[in-house]
Amino acid sequence: METQVLIIGGGITGVGLARDLALRGVESVLVERRDINAGASGANHGLLHSGARYVRSDPAAAVECREESALLKRLAPHCIEDTGGLFVAVEGDDETYAAEFPAFCERSGIACHPISLGEARELEPVLSDRLMAAYQVEDASVDPFHLSLDNISEALELGSRVMLHTRVVGFNRENGRIRRTRLVNDETGEEMVIEAEQVVNAAGAWAKGVAALAGVEVDLFYSKGSLLITDQRLTRRVINRLRPASDADILVPGGTVSILGTTSIRMDTLDRIVPTVEESDYIINAAAAMVPSLETTRYIRAYAGVRPLVAGKIPGDDRSVSRGFALLDHATDGVFNFVSIIGGKLTTYRLMAEKTADLICNRLGVSRPCLTAVKALKAFPANQWTAAGLSPRLWMQAHRPDDLLLCECEMVPASAVDAVIGGIRHQGGTPSLYAIGRRSRIGKGTCQGAFCGLRINAYLYDQGKLEGRRGLDDLRSFLSARWRGMRPILWDTALLQEELQEALHCGYLGLELGEIR
Amino acid sequence: MTDTPLIQCDLCVIGSGMAGMSAALFAAKQGLSTSMVGRTGEIIFSTGLLDLMAVHPVEKGEIWDDPWACIDQLAKDLPQHPYARIPTAAIRAAFDALIAFLESMRLPYTGHPDRNSLVLTSVGTFKPTYRVPVTMWAGSEVFRRKAPCLLVDIQGLKGFSALQIAAMVGSGWPGLRTVRIGFPGVASSGEVFPERLARSLEAAVNREKLAAAIQPRLQGAEAVGLPAILGISNPAKVMADFQRRLGVTVFEIPTMPPGVTGQRLKEAFEHGLRNLGARLFLENRVFRADADPKGGFRLHAGRTDPEEVIAARSVILATGRFMGGGLKADRHVVREPLFNLPVHQPEGRDRWHREDFLDRRGHAVNRAGLETDPIFRPLDASGRPAHRRLFAAGSILAHQDWMRMKCGSGLAIATANAAVEGAARELS
Repeated sequence: METQVLIIGGGITGVGLARDLALRGVESVLVERRDINAGASGANHGLLHSGARYVRSDPAAAVECREESALLKRLAPHCIEDTGGLFVAVEGDDETYAAEFPAFCERSGIACHPISLGEARELEPVLSDRLMAAYQVEDASVDPFHLSLDNISEALELGSRVMLHTRVVGFNRENGRIRRTRLVNDETGEEMVIEAEQVVNAAGAWAKGVAALAGVEVDLFYSKGSLLITDQRLTRRVINRLRPASDADILVPGGTVSILGTTSIRMDTLDRIVPTVEESDYIINAAAAMVPSLETTRYIRAYAGVRPLVAGKIPGDDRSVSRGFALLDHATDGVFNFVSIIGGKLTTYRLMAEKTADLICNRLGVSRPCLTAVKALKAFPANQWTAAGLSPRLWMQAHRPDDLLLCECEMVPASAVDAVIGGIRHQGGTPSLYAIGRRSRIGKGTCQGAFCGLRINAYLYDQGKLEGRRGLDDLRSFLSARWRGMRPILWDTALLQEELQEALHCGYLGLELGEIR
Repeated sequence: MTDTPLIQCDLCVIGSGMAGMSAALFAAKQGLSTSMVGRTGEIIFSTGLLDLMAVHPVEKGEIWDDPWACIDQLAKDLPQHPYARIPTAAIRAAFDALIAFLESMRLPYTGHPDRNSLVLTSVGTFKPTYRVPVTMWAGSEVFRRKAPCLLVDIQGLKGFSALQIAAMVGSGWPGLRTVRIGFPGVASSGEVFPERLARSLEAAVNREKLAAAIQPRLQGAEAVGLPAILGISNPAKVMADFQRRLGVTVFEIPTMPPGVTGQRLKEAFEHGLRNLGARLFLENRVFRADADPKGGFRLHAGRTDPEEVIAARSVILATGRFMGGGLKADRHVVREPLFNLPVHQPEGRDRWHREDFLDRRGHAVNRAGLETDPIFRPLDASGRPAHRRLFAAGSILAHQDWMRMKCGSGLAIATANAAVEGAARELS
């Protein structure tokens, strides 16, 4: 296979780059080892930063966030809920830091309005009654799956290609260029070769490994962040703790839930990135100072992601290291058609893609300008199902009793599953429970996949999407993936639910046993 | 509260799952005046299959053909398991008595003498179990012989796909076919529920219609497998009649719970217990339990608030685990909420569950529970029976993992019987 640009990595940066290039008329192939947003792009708060978080530690990043979030609110409104945000300090927090906050915001041109403590609690009644300071900012929440899926769908529509479950296994270099990239599809075992004029490493936390295959060293380190999802939405706005960046200082609403995070733990490897019991307790204990009901609310699951951070900056807390991005031109390493785009934030993905595409286009001799800052992101119906509350609303409106609800917790009907499967096919993926779950609300409700997993498994057989004994493996791997997020929050009602699941999956179905015949 | 009615009894069973129902049954049969208080209970989730003992050691996933030999080995390896405290003859007698009771309530069971059977599940796996409702029995034999067979599923019945089951078990079985049919008399679109189908099939006219819908699809099939929908109050009779109309062997496959299989057990127990004179406080719970200074207990029971006081000379706690409400966990610790009994448990939540859901060794928290003396009286913090006449039975007991060992029903029945015997002795 030949192409102008090979993009390695299907996170938000990679898919954003595919769209940017496609809009400039440059053809690309995006390869992704697992699935869209399988790494940090799918394991973050879903926060669209106003920039206020960085006014003190990284003013340049703050300005980028301000500009990019304003752009995205205009150009991708269907992926964003413009919630607004609050920064609040509680008794015991650094008073000077809180008092200086507005001046720092002003320096970066970031809107920040002081409000009275009474007003703050009126706006968000769950806030602690021990507030010390409160400011309103322009934070928002963004659905990272919807955003990435629409980026890749638009790129596909414009002629780009994408290959999921496809891993780079090696590069063949000739005369200081990557001539061929060797890949393997982990689902089919199929091997293939891509010849690209330019190769972009957008593999996120895995960028170091990809670069190493080309004989190039990229100095990255990994900071794990764990987050918790509550079973109900606790606030209308994003709530930030007004203090130097620290653990458990943000609560982001997203649809019908809230997301609480995070931790920052240095990791040496990417082998086992899972949220732990210890982290979840730590987050809850720390965040309760800001929102006391976090002590007693029900949590639905936890998850963890890895921040790939570019080394060589400021030592100390990983959060004090620049969240800015690095575009590494490996010409300096003697590979003249290879770049790595690393680090950055969800909020600034578009800018990262633009800078990368500028460099690539310059090398390709393409002079067409970037269009992503002026052209709205196209909304694709197949990608809309990650939004909580959408499928119940459409299902009620359609009033088709034969459209069975396969997921009862989140009310996802068969028609929505069909649409999601269509999207997966379009993206070159396989309609597994895992892939369907990432593109819809399946498995995200209180049963956490215990019942809907079985119903959809059966449905996929009925639709001819599963054959032989593959469904059982699919079910097992789906349950294992859900489990990693459940384990840290299994107490009270969640533990009761888990017991029901285990009674069903082990007690009755014997999924823990090998094949019995 | 001064007018609160007072109900007196020899024994009050708290909990209405398999253990609670069995305890109330054995007690009433002994002639004890018996009350039972319980919410719907996990019995509604039952597949109808009655496990005795099948997997040991769980970490090896070793499946035993002979449950009795398995129990013997278990008692040697895990002497704290509740089975290890009951003579095998007593386990057998209790299990047999329970089966005889269900038969008398028109819910007959069958199985190989002293052997487990493998029963086909709704995802096409096989479950080792001891006693099988007669309506499900033919399935294993049909599978063993790979006889020409038609698997039927019902349009609108979610989570049950004949195609899935056939895909799972169909290799080397050329005579296995599937068909999806619309249930006669039910609107052709929309969701259908097992209970509604089962109630419908209790009428002969509907059985005739269903048979007529399946008949043309038989095409040489010697057996028909379908989801468990063959009636509720007398499934064996419904099946026999349906089989006669269809002219081939018929067998049921349990559906995803809650289905009618749990409903059958629940109704059989409730009718049987009432016949025996037990007082049932269904959809009730005990809010508070006080030891009576004169001996026995005063239990404050009701639906949403305490409405009645039951003065019971003895109590069997069969409240189950987390689902049943017998155990309750916060972020730090597992408690027994009613009597505040000490709960044997792993230290700290990080040790409750393993990192892999399907880890064969099972999760440590599932072996948490009450520790008891040899006659199933829960122990207090000092290791002595918490009360002379307080007993515990079923899944609330420590040192067992019924889900992995496949011993849930047997454990419930055998410990219920042992607890009743203990209570009877203490009362006399």
